[in-house]
Formats: sequence, structure tokens, C-alpha cells
Amino acid sequence: MRKNDSLKVKALKPKKETIEFLLNYSKNIDVVKTKSKNYPISKN
Amino acid sequence: MKSKSDSLLISLYQKGDELALSTLIHRHQRELFTFIFYKINDEDLANDVFQDTFMKIILMLKEGRYNEEGKFILWAKRIAYNLIIDHFRLKSKNIKVSETTFETDEYSIFDLIREPSENIEDQLVTNQIQEDLLRMLQFLPQNQQEVIKLRFFDGLSFKEIADHTDMSINTTLGRVRYALINLRKIMDENNIILTR
Repeated sequence: MRKNDSLKVKALKPKKETIEFLLNYSKNIDVVKTKSKNYPISKN
Repeated sequence: MKSKSDSLLISLYQKGDELALSTLIHRHQRELFTFIFYKINDEDLANDVFQDTFMKIILMLKEGRYNEEGKFILWAKRIAYNLIIDHFRLKSKNIKVSETTFETDEYSIFDLIREPSENIEDQLVTNQIQEDLLRMLQFLPQNQQEVIKLRFFDGLSFKEIADHTDMSINTTLGRVRYALINLRKIMDENNIILTR
């Protein structure tokens, strides 16, 4: 008999575009550290 | 790259290896996205929250603000969970404003200044309750503290807690139950009341 596992949920995935955006974001962003604060800046 | 641990990938990424981030995202995308989706039930919104979560993670890693205290995925879920809460707070605020247009008789100037979430008194009480609760948690065994924090502070389901702690769901349920019993005992013995 097939086991009925009600707690099992279907695994989903984010869109390809979302992942691509994040990888580009990471490549294009840098952090400048000052004494009081960190500032994210664009590399472009 | 795929065989490397999360902490090694993070360390490589912090040294500038972008491929390490890609591996990290691909490794955890399903678990994190599923976690977000089943909390908000909207695929587009889940993509937004997933994106915002990793944008925060990227910045924090680049700033060197990640300290290896637990598993990476738990940290990521905590960030996502806070973003989900922020989203629902904002949503409830927007609904309140849109309900009070000048065209209806029910419009009141106080609606504009009313904070739809907790007022300052309620916030103080909530903060006090959380502080008391955290203090009481320290009297519990480590494994009970962990499940209580994961369940009630990080919002994980019993299934997720079981997965992350390598326990069965029954053990997790039991541990939460004993933790709550112990907390009630501590409250009774010390005459602590945690209500509004």
C-alpha cells in the first residue's frame, strides 16, 4: 500500500531570471567599508 | 565546487569567487524557495522575497557580517521569514490607507496617523515578553531551547525543524511539548505572567 505522507510538500524552484539577476547583482556590487558604516556601491 | 561545504563556499565567495555563490544558490534554491512559497502562496511574490533574501545575504557576506553560528540555510530562512513578516505588515498598512479615501463618509484624519500595527505601548509589552521569554529559555536544556527558537522565533514548521536537527517529527513534537511544559513550570514557580 502506498504510504500517505501528508507532510510531504512539493519542492519548487525560483525563476531562472531571478537566479541570473542575483548572480549579476553580486558581480556588479561591492562594499566600501568606512569607520562608521559600510556602503554598497556599483562596480560600473 | 559542488562537493564543497557551505562554509567553504562562503569563505571562497568572500574572497571573490563568484562561482561559489552560484553553487550556494543552486544548492539551496529549492529548499528556500519552497519555504517562502508555502508561507505566502504566490509564486511571483515568492520570487521577489527569494531575490530580496539573497540580495541581503550577498551584501552581508561582502560586508563580512556572516558569522558561522549555525547552518547557512537556517540563517537564510530567518532572513526570508523576516522579509515575509515585513511584507505582511506593509500590506496591512496599505489596506488601511486605501480603505479611508476622501470619498467615503468614514474618512477620519486619525486614520492617517494611526499605526495599523502595534502602538508604542503594545510594542513595549511585546519586547518585554520576548525578553522574559528569552531569559526563561536559558533555563531549558540546549536541545529544547533550539526547537523553541526554531519554531517560535524563526517560524519553521515541525517538518523543517526535524530535517535541520536530524530528528524525527515525533521527537521534535515531543521536545517542543516538554519545552512548553518546562516553561510553564518556570512561570508558575516564579509567578511570571506573560500576557497583555
